[in-house]
Amino acid sequence: MMNDFSFIAVSVENQIGWIELNRPKVLNAINRPMVSEIVSAMEAFDRDDEVRVIVLSGRGRAFAAGADINEMADAGTVDMELINQFAEWDKISLIKKPVIGAVHGFALGGGFELALSCDMLFAAEGTEFGFPEVNIGVMPGAGGTQRLTKLMGKTKALEWLWTGERMPAKEALHYGVINRIIAPELLMEETMKFARKLAAKPPLSLRLIKEAANKAVDYPLHEGMQFERKNFYLLFSSEDQKEGMKAFIEKRNPKFKGK
Amino acid sequence: MYETVKYEVRDHVAWMTLNRPEKLNAFTTQLNKEVRDAIKSAQKDEDVRCLVITGEGRSFCSGQDLSEVDEETDLGEVLRKNYGPMMKQLESCEKPVIAAINGVAAGAGLSLALGCDFRLASDKASFVQAFIHVGLIPDSGNLYYLPRLIGHAKALELAVLGEKISAEEAKDLGLVTRVIAADHFMEEVEGFARRLASMPTRAIGLIKRCLRDSWHMDFNEYLEKEAQGQQIAGQSHDYQEGVQAFLEKRKPEFKGK
Repeated sequence: MMNDFSFIAVSVENQIGWIELNRPKVLNAINRPMVSEIVSAMEAFDRDDEVRVIVLSGRGRAFAAGADINEMADAGTVDMELINQFAEWDKISLIKKPVIGAVHGFALGGGFELALSCDMLFAAEGTEFGFPEVNIGVMPGAGGTQRLTKLMGKTKALEWLWTGERMPAKEALHYGVINRIIAPELLMEETMKFARKLAAKPPLSLRLIKEAANKAVDYPLHEGMQFERKNFYLLFSSEDQKEGMKAFIEKRNPKFKGK
Repeated sequence: MYETVKYEVRDHVAWMTLNRPEKLNAFTTQLNKEVRDAIKSAQKDEDVRCLVITGEGRSFCSGQDLSEVDEETDLGEVLRKNYGPMMKQLESCEKPVIAAINGVAAGAGLSLALGCDFRLASDKASFVQAFIHVGLIPDSGNLYYLPRLIGHAKALELAVLGEKISAEEAKDLGLVTRVIAADHFMEEVEGFARRLASMPTRAIGLIKRCLRDSWHMDFNEYLEKEAQGQQIAGQSHDYQEGVQAFLEKRKPEFKGK
């Protein structure tokens, strides 16, 4: 199944599952089958014991310059409701393993939304982000208005959503939309270095931390704290917790198994 | 392809000549755009390892063509639309850029020269911050580059007093790399350009990147920048070649890769 993709390329190395958008001729314009492929690949990686971290990037000149407009140009409201294309996108947020996006060139429209679906983002110097949807009479529909606003705050998010202008990587870094800016030549090398660092951590901790941090975005503080605590207790039935604490006491490096 | 610039590539050097000699190579919207496009071509062309910008006739560039603007013109928009994109293109160029200043460099013409990496001046060249004489401020990155090149006090003197300075005076200020006699100016520029074009181009680009970013980074950030730069340089063909040539006690042949 993993080699059957038409719009993405996937590979696994050093416990890192790598998904590359692979429509470089159209700057990786995102169409519906591409989203389905991304989701299938992510779900497969999520179940694969060999994979501890997922990396998402784009081949060619850009991460993704937007969604495939041709696919939607003639659609009506009822068509859109029935096709329910964004239900597929929503599945990305159900992935339990860390998802790191490595973006370069442009991440525009649906491309920006896809980037915002990642847990962390590394950007090549010079990368530009933006939601140009407003310029063609629509708006983001796969989480753009929600995720960007939660990251930057409403005042700044509205500026970008309303104008459709391109946000430089520096601005994105300043507002916490991305984690770091890397020389373009080293984007994948450095992203993979970071992914390997995460892959060496106890997978169950990563998983439950991700879940709890996501709750922090959605839940009131009290409920979030309760959720956190349960996850904390939960880790005490893992082998890695026993191993981690034992190794700490014995002053040696722990060996985590993800169990 | 271009009407207001001449552009050609010989021996890994891209030569861009501002070509409105009857107007002392003054900037029009078209010239702004063509300079920008020509810089872009030089950046994209893998064969190019050095860019030279010079002027046709007796002047380098006299700045904005005043026949294109009047009192009604929104000068802020002219900068945002014409000069800003041109200067950003120049700033983003990681190949070495030489301004071969053959004659007067005034106003935005001087700014263009300031944005280059090396300024080689003919002994007939002169420099003037013309803006103040018409009640304007130096633009096109001028006041960004100038204090970085010659210090705040001298930058302020030139910008406010607007006095014409000679090539020799510019040399004393540290504004130009070299002053060359007019009768063999282009010959020497060519030699200098060829020398740059035979050097490790990637490393030059990375040096430009580090220097540029050092102005707006704290030390820790800068050290990370530097580490990434060296990591990239360390993966280049020219690094391999440089080390190999050193060990074999021969002259390295850099390819700019």
